[in-house]
Amino acid sequence: MLTNAILSGLTMGGMYALVAMGLTLQYGVSRIMNLAYGEFVIAASFVAFLLFTSGGLSPLVSLLIIVPAGFAVSYLVYGILLTPLVRRARSREALEADSILSTFGLLFIVQGLMLVFFGGNYTSYSYFNTPVQILGTTIAANRLVVLGFAVLFGAACYFFLMRTRTGVALRAVAVDPIAAGLVAVDVRWAAALAFALGGAIAVTGGVLVSMFLTFNANIGVVFTMKALIVVIMGGVGNVAGALAAGIILGLVESFVATFVDPGLTIAVTYAVFLAVLLVRPGGLFGTAK
Amino acid sequence: MSTLLQVSGVTKRFGGLTAVREASFVVKAGEILGLLGPNGSGKTTMMNLISGNLRPDAGGIAFENTEIAGRRPHLIARDGVARTFQLVRVVGEMNARENVMAGLAFRKSPLWGSAAEDEADRLLERVGLAGRAQTPAADMTYIDQKRLELARALGLKPRLLLLDEWLAGLNQTELEGGVSLIRSLGEDGVTVIMVEHVMAAIRSLCGRCVVMNAGAIIAEGSTGDVMADPAVVSAYLGDEHA
Amino acid sequence: MKNSPAFVIGAGAILFAALAFVPFYVDGYGLALAIGIASYTILATAWALFSGPTRYISLATVAFFGVGAYTVAVLGEVLPWPLVMLVAAINGMLLALVVGLSTLRLAGIYFVIFTFGLTELIKQLVTWYEVKITRTVGRYVFLDIDQQTIYWQLLALAAILFLVGYLIGRSRLGFALRIIGGDETVARHVGIDTTHAKVALFVLSALFMTLTGAIMAPRWTYIDPAIAFNPQVSFQAVIMALLGGVQRLWGPVLGVIPMTLLFEYLNANFPNYFILILGIVFMLIVYLLPQGVAGAVSSLRAWSRRDGKSVEEAR
Repeated sequence: MLTNAILSGLTMGGMYALVAMGLTLQYGVSRIMNLAYGEFVIAASFVAFLLFTSGGLSPLVSLLIIVPAGFAVSYLVYGILLTPLVRRARSREALEADSILSTFGLLFIVQGLMLVFFGGNYTSYSYFNTPVQILGTTIAANRLVVLGFAVLFGAACYFFLMRTRTGVALRAVAVDPIAAGLVAVDVRWAAALAFALGGAIAVTGGVLVSMFLTFNANIGVVFTMKALIVVIMGGVGNVAGALAAGIILGLVESFVATFVDPGLTIAVTYAVFLAVLLVRPGGLFGTAK
Repeated sequence: MSTLLQVSGVTKRFGGLTAVREASFVVKAGEILGLLGPNGSGKTTMMNLISGNLRPDAGGIAFENTEIAGRRPHLIARDGVARTFQLVRVVGEMNARENVMAGLAFRKSPLWGSAAEDEADRLLERVGLAGRAQTPAADMTYIDQKRLELARALGLKPRLLLLDEWLAGLNQTELEGGVSLIRSLGEDGVTVIMVEHVMAAIRSLCGRCVVMNAGAIIAEGSTGDVMADPAVVSAYLGDEHA
Repeated sequence: MKNSPAFVIGAGAILFAALAFVPFYVDGYGLALAIGIASYTILATAWALFSGPTRYISLATVAFFGVGAYTVAVLGEVLPWPLVMLVAAINGMLLALVVGLSTLRLAGIYFVIFTFGLTELIKQLVTWYEVKITRTVGRYVFLDIDQQTIYWQLLALAAILFLVGYLIGRSRLGFALRIIGGDETVARHVGIDTTHAKVALFVLSALFMTLTGAIMAPRWTYIDPAIAFNPQVSFQAVIMALLGGVQRLWGPVLGVIPMTLLFEYLNANFPNYFILILGIVFMLIVYLLPQGVAGAVSSLRAWSRRDGKSVEEAR
């Protein structure tokens, strides 16, 4: 039971970490608190489901279509919906408040579209659902695949941010947009790029999640919340922190579900979140200001 | 003169950076003290520590013999320490009178209603904004916003007033007006600490000065002596001039 | 004259007294609409009472509403009605106190996120408790309270809310909150205990939301966590308040009336598109009417007074 709890905790944790990485990019660099984030995740789940059931396309192949599409859609969302807010914002706080309201509306629009197209029922499909024996416990193969992909994508993003010129520019904007502007980083461009990248990561998470979870049009909020919790625990804009915090969250949930009560996982998640907010608002790994 | 404020061994760090290092100085009741130093030397941090905006990592700050270090800013304000901000802060969507009433309504002996309005108008007149009571603060010029900020600070009936580069950006005429305004505050018995770069103003207003460099206090004494101090000269101009 | 407290309170009293006769002139459907408008008027106005001046966006309206409703579901048949209301009020205020004290010291963004999830947290906890301890997911509320009485109770609560809001607006607390909304650093340095002021108003605002839930509970004969803690209620309250304008006490009600009618129409005719249209309406408000109807009206007035000077300046 223990191994099982750890394995399933790692899978979920890997997912949370991956999904949160997109949000930390969006919020850390673009300063947009995207409350519709989870809706993008679930929308990708539905698209993957659609491609699998009607086109017979493996979700891993559909990533090739969905990820660029997620990037493009997010780029457009930033360009069309959020740029006007960035222009009219007099301060960082004003932009945060405006973007919360705007993405809050977006949440309903995306959710509403999903309800119109797919209805409100729970959906799932079976892909690569063969049991695998590992470390004396049984786990579905798709979970392992998902974990593998989450690690792969996470590592790629981490490498991109830490080792490439563009990545460094993005991180510079996250730390201090004014100073970054002074050293010739195009802040607007960086913000749009980070938002689009975040969206691409969100849909990646959505496709992977769809392989082993049942989902419906209303559960995007749960993903947004968990991603937010991970982002804050890990420290806003801190990619490595998000990785660690995501895995911690996954393990905590899995242990609570296995050893305490599955009905209490969200409650415990919140307790952890509240504790972090109160004790270390800068994140577990950030420096308290 | 009795001691109004005693700063002893105060240290403040931001991450790896020590913004203020074991700073100690006294402010005597009734004086106008200049707090000088190059940019980034820790002057504004010191103002934030005294006004309670920041909490020192070590050391003590005694105001009228009561320890105030680390107390929350609203309590320090009610005790009689008022301040202005380096980058002017007024409530833009309120008019001038309301901005000054903000200083009156929450002090130890609060004023409210028509008494507060009358007092606010009197303070506006004192800082040179007579007749501007209804003007929204956001519509005022930078200089007038600074005056407004001062009126709000005076509304608290402070015994200690912290002015953070209040004279910066004023033209020659405005500067003369500002200097005589600050002098008149001193004559009314308000003790002032002013962070300032305008040397002419310092010379004419401040009897004593404290000079900071890289977070530490490098000189304290009468304005004339301090300005002649080689350590001060080298801090401002670089070592080769010392 | 027009702005003297006696005139304003007198006019308000006459208006509410007149509204009390509504049940005698409308049919069952009309009364249901009136109840909807009255309840959202309280929720949106109470929301704006706190979020307007402080600019902290709370997405937890239904958390308090649901606490009120659940208190009635649990205690409605055990205690006399006034005592049930009292317990509901205490529950809601205690919850608001805990949430306020722990989150209002933080930056606004954390507050939004926390309230965003608070409803879900409480829903999960109540569900867990009901399933594990009482072994029922839903409860039946059999109380002998008819629709007219519900309407009158809501109307009385709304009247109290407007009176309280009006008095706060003229008080030092109201002034303190406007300063906090303008610049919190300034507020602290003029002697305002900002945490204290924010928590006080948050608790007050939550009290009215909780009581609304308690009054509304007898309308449903069956209640479960999904009904009592339906997040759409929070969303709608925010939309209505924003549409009407949060800077004035009478602002939100300007949004409540058209929105309640619109939602009613949408729910009846386009149930499948309801959420989608909700989102579109929300976006339109955020982009086109950032100050709400009340703000737009004031801007227009200022604009015509200034005779051609730009509206931007009037803000």
